[in-house]
Amino acid sequence: MFHRESGVFKTSYAADMALYPLPIARWAVAALAALFIVAAPLALGNYPLSILNLILIAVVGALGLNILVGYTGQISIGTGAFMSVGAYTAAKLVVIFHAPFWIALPAGGLMAAAVGAIVGIPSLRIKGIYLAISTLAAQLIIEWTINHVEWISGGVQASINVPRPSVFGTQLTSEWQIYLFLMFFVVLALVATLNLVRSRIGRAFIAIRDQDIAAEIIGINIFKYKLYAFAISSFFAGITGALESYYLGIANYEQFQIDVSIDYLAMVIIGGLGSVLGSVLGAIFVTLLPIATRWFLEASGGLFFAQADMLNVIPNLRLVIFGGLIIFFLVVEPEGLNRLWRNIRNYFRVWPFSY
Amino acid sequence: MPEFDLQFTLFLLTNGVMIGLMYALIALGFVLIYKATDAINFAQGEFVMFAGFLAAGAAEYAHAPFWLCALLAVGGMVALGFGLERVVLRPLIGRPIIAVVMATIGLAAVLRGTAVLAFGAGTRAITMPIPDDPIPLGPVTLPPVEVVGAAVSLVFLAGFTWFFLKSRTGIAMRAVADSQQVAMAMGINVRRYFAFAWAMAGIVSALGGIVWGSMLGVDNQLALVGLKVFPVVILGGLDSVIGAVVGGLIVGIVENLAAGYFDPLVGGGTKDFVPYLLMIIVLMVRPEGIFGRRRIERV
Repeated sequence: MFHRESGVFKTSYAADMALYPLPIARWAVAALAALFIVAAPLALGNYPLSILNLILIAVVGALGLNILVGYTGQISIGTGAFMSVGAYTAAKLVVIFHAPFWIALPAGGLMAAAVGAIVGIPSLRIKGIYLAISTLAAQLIIEWTINHVEWISGGVQASINVPRPSVFGTQLTSEWQIYLFLMFFVVLALVATLNLVRSRIGRAFIAIRDQDIAAEIIGINIFKYKLYAFAISSFFAGITGALESYYLGIANYEQFQIDVSIDYLAMVIIGGLGSVLGSVLGAIFVTLLPIATRWFLEASGGLFFAQADMLNVIPNLRLVIFGGLIIFFLVVEPEGLNRLWRNIRNYFRVWPFSY
Repeated sequence: MPEFDLQFTLFLLTNGVMIGLMYALIALGFVLIYKATDAINFAQGEFVMFAGFLAAGAAEYAHAPFWLCALLAVGGMVALGFGLERVVLRPLIGRPIIAVVMATIGLAAVLRGTAVLAFGAGTRAITMPIPDDPIPLGPVTLPPVEVVGAAVSLVFLAGFTWFFLKSRTGIAMRAVADSQQVAMAMGINVRRYFAFAWAMAGIVSALGGIVWGSMLGVDNQLALVGLKVFPVVILGGLDSVIGAVVGGLIVGIVENLAAGYFDPLVGGGTKDFVPYLLMIIVLMVRPEGIFGRRRIERV
């Protein structure tokens, strides 16, 4: 649309693998950064910002899951559990030791990474469907443990109140402050993922995904790299869980049940497996879906349903749309929103002389 | 741990056997699909729930007698199986395993939402035309619902074992499962048998829905029964009918004993937890399960 590639010649592998494939990408990124970091918090009210905050949290988790599922090809239905490990670790540190966020967050991530690596150990022997089921087991067992060990959850309610983080001595109370706080971590996660997947580790992940036996034959230690993938992905999930409990002010096991794991899997599938942009698009899409459903039904649902049924209709209609979209994307566009975006871009790249 | 009590233990054991056979019935639906089409059905619990809703709905809205409700549920689930195979699963043939897994997860969400949208969220009852009095068996008594459920399971498990070993269709399905290409070369219509497999899973799920629905009541929580399918089939082996029975029995007995003896110590929930612990141990030691076939992978 705005740029042409003509005149750009890459003469080295380093240039081919650069973060910015074209000079104009630098400007595009700068413009996006200005829009989201400066303009958005100034221009938007509290409600749109709160939606953006939920999206930002989801982006971190979707990136992490995409590293595992999209790049390494290991199915995990346990994201929710890893998020809960991160959330409870961070919450415990904050409540007991009054730890600042820059200790509590990484600690939550590291704890989740350790648990994730343990869950990943069976991936040496089992793969595909068996691995998916074993991560499902991990989800249920971790959930049960958190719920039943009083030392972790602090009783039957299994919830811990988490105060908002303080940055430079000021507690982040308003939406825009927490928005910038979350944005910092999203940018960090984006850059980390982009760099990870073009590094040696990322290449090893992709080789394992494409054909793990072949990867082993060309000298990749698949056990090591599968564990890396589980640990890194769980680290992201742990950070996501901790961020979410910071944002919501509470760590509760109900935030991290199996439907959350499925939500994140859906983000990765709908967005596009093995794509950073896809993770972002998927996170936006899946986060907005229930909000849009509710908004639409509150505006016009009265035409179809009695008001009394609304409370029942909204979550179930959301389920139907959600499941239907997953199936739709799998059947019709397996590469997800990322592919749709590429199609649009490729169309306009040579537009209007598309011959 | 509570004092060892023979009566109590016997009760837990027999109860475990009954429940285990009923698990086996649901797991059978899963095994049928995996055996014939290599697809993993994460929506098995939702199939069962949907069938339960069909039966309970027929009883409530049309005041149909029990046998008609059961027939309607079976018919509806067969139609659903055929339809889903055509619309959702067939386009995914030959695609990576995660695509099928995710599609059935999506299917689960759709079924759960649709059932509640169509039938409402309230819990319904399915009443079987049997007496309510517990059936005495030696020193213990058994609830008749469980006995009927276990009997139905046994009949169908035996039936499907025979079906796969002896009938022409069953042998063709085994051939399809073994290698789709070779089966095609031998003149077997692979797609037709895929559809058959889903329809058969529909029948089994309908029976499971009626049996479990009459025991637990029909609402969207009924789908949680499906979570027990995975330990059962992993224990027994994903592609073995006998394995489903043995796995079901092991899970049923273990979870009942665990619930009886550990629940008072840890405050409940052991039933949902112990089968998965067992399953992970099996996965580490013998991933293909007790009766499953080991698959050899080549580049």
